Amino acid sequence: MAVYTTNEIRSGMKVMIDNDPCVILDNEMVKPGKGQAFNRIKFRNLKTSRVVERTWKSGDAIESADVMDVDAQYLYSDDAHWHFMTKETFEQYVMDREHLGEAKLWLKEQSDCTLTLFNGLPLAVAAPNFVVLKIVETDPGVRGDTSGGGGKPAKLETGAVVRVPLFVPEGELIKVDTRIGEYVSRVKE
Amino acid sequence: MSWQPTATLTHLRERANLIAKIRHFFAERNVLEVDTPLLSHHTVTDPHVVGIPAIYTEIGSTEEKILYLQTSPEYAMKRLLAAGSGAIYQICKAFRQGEVGRVHNPEFTMLEWYRPGFDHHALMDDMDALLQVILQTLPAERVCYADLFQQHLGVNPHAADAAQLEKIAQQKNISFTGKLADRDAWLDLLWTHCIEPVVGQERPIFLYDFPASQAALAKVRDENPPVASRFEVYFKGVELANGFHELQDAAEQEARFQRDLLFRQQHGLPEKNIDTRFIAALKNGLPDCAGVALGIDRVIMLALKCQRVADVVSFAFERA
Repeated sequence: MAVYTTNEIRSGMKVMIDNDPCVILDNEMVKPGKGQAFNRIKFRNLKTSRVVERTWKSGDAIESADVMDVDAQYLYSDDAHWHFMTKETFEQYVMDREHLGEAKLWLKEQSDCTLTLFNGLPLAVAAPNFVVLKIVETDPGVRGDTSGGGGKPAKLETGAVVRVPLFVPEGELIKVDTRIGEYVSRVKE
Repeated sequence: MSWQPTATLTHLRERANLIAKIRHFFAERNVLEVDTPLLSHHTVTDPHVVGIPAIYTEIGSTEEKILYLQTSPEYAMKRLLAAGSGAIYQICKAFRQGEVGRVHNPEFTMLEWYRPGFDHHALMDDMDALLQVILQTLPAERVCYADLFQQHLGVNPHAADAAQLEKIAQQKNISFTGKLADRDAWLDLLWTHCIEPVVGQERPIFLYDFPASQAALAKVRDENPPVASRFEVYFKGVELANGFHELQDAAEQEARFQRDLLFRQQHGLPEKNIDTRFIAALKNGLPDCAGVALGIDRVIMLALKCQRVADVVSFAFERA
């Protein structure tokens, strides 16, 4: 297994900390001019999603994690389990609903997604940055009101609720930025 | 491939302006500007400071000689003082292996100056006057190392052992993984995590009289406990300067270098040679003086209210 020294650690790297796979969020060197140098490293535990900050002596080693992001498709779910298939190898993976996190708000059957595999097992799933979903429930549209001010809640076909402008009617397809959970635009069928 | 500067041209003009003010400050005080080699046959023995090697070859020869980019102009400037230069200052580049970050660049600009007849307190007056000119700061707060540790962590930094310091780190919820070499490293951990980020926010803070074990090139005063006549300057959580009432005793200096070499050996660090020209200059006689090195990029960063040194140097390391 590859090993990084604290000085090589960059945000986005996947490493093993306390036997859990983690993703690095930030790494700042702190060094008294005449003293011991340290690296204050902020990371997210990929199993628990908890963000932690910890200090290492500069130059100490951290093991890399066998974590891989693969393009996949969400197939279907029964109540507790969601089923995915990788696009390149057509391998199928199952994840428990409670481990899906935010992604479950944005994925409908046949949606593309990114599956994070750790030691060959699915660890996390991420929706694409932008998804197109149908509004299944919202107050009647106010025609001609394109001011964009205010807005109203709209329930999407996946169950997620986002705020949309007043003029957007039920049954419409809209584009959503999944990173912030916000309406972007209407989409013509 | 990004070719543009990392600093805006406005910042570079401000930078030139501030450096002109620094030169004016020293001209007014009759301190001589000097220029010493960046490339040297020796580097420092200090285990926590790593010089960047450069390969030198005579024309027509295949023999490669390892020289070093200086980590600071200290030894060369003290050789000038020993030769009778009187008060001197220098604005130059210094180099440190592997030091990259928000407030670190492996190549950085240093202002270093020496004042014969000054002790570290008199030199702090000089420093305070300079910072008030460059950063428009209020007069600095001055606290001794022991009082600051007592005040923030309730511990005597001269008496506590490594185990006690480790316990305080745990109580302060510092999550640390690894082994530290000695008591001083634990003091560094507590300092960088608990004290440095919170002190010197309104006005610069001058921290003086360090544990004797952290004397570096400062005189140690034989008090109870013995303390090093050394000071550091912090402002808004950033270390700006390190100064000494300079050690004049050649034998004591050589003994400290030998201790560095022993530490290097015990901790598997590369061997270094002692700069014998510097020791020879001390044997000849260094005048009683105080000297300090100030990180100019960081000062300019604070003067221009920037968050990273990359914002105030033309091409930061990754674009150099």
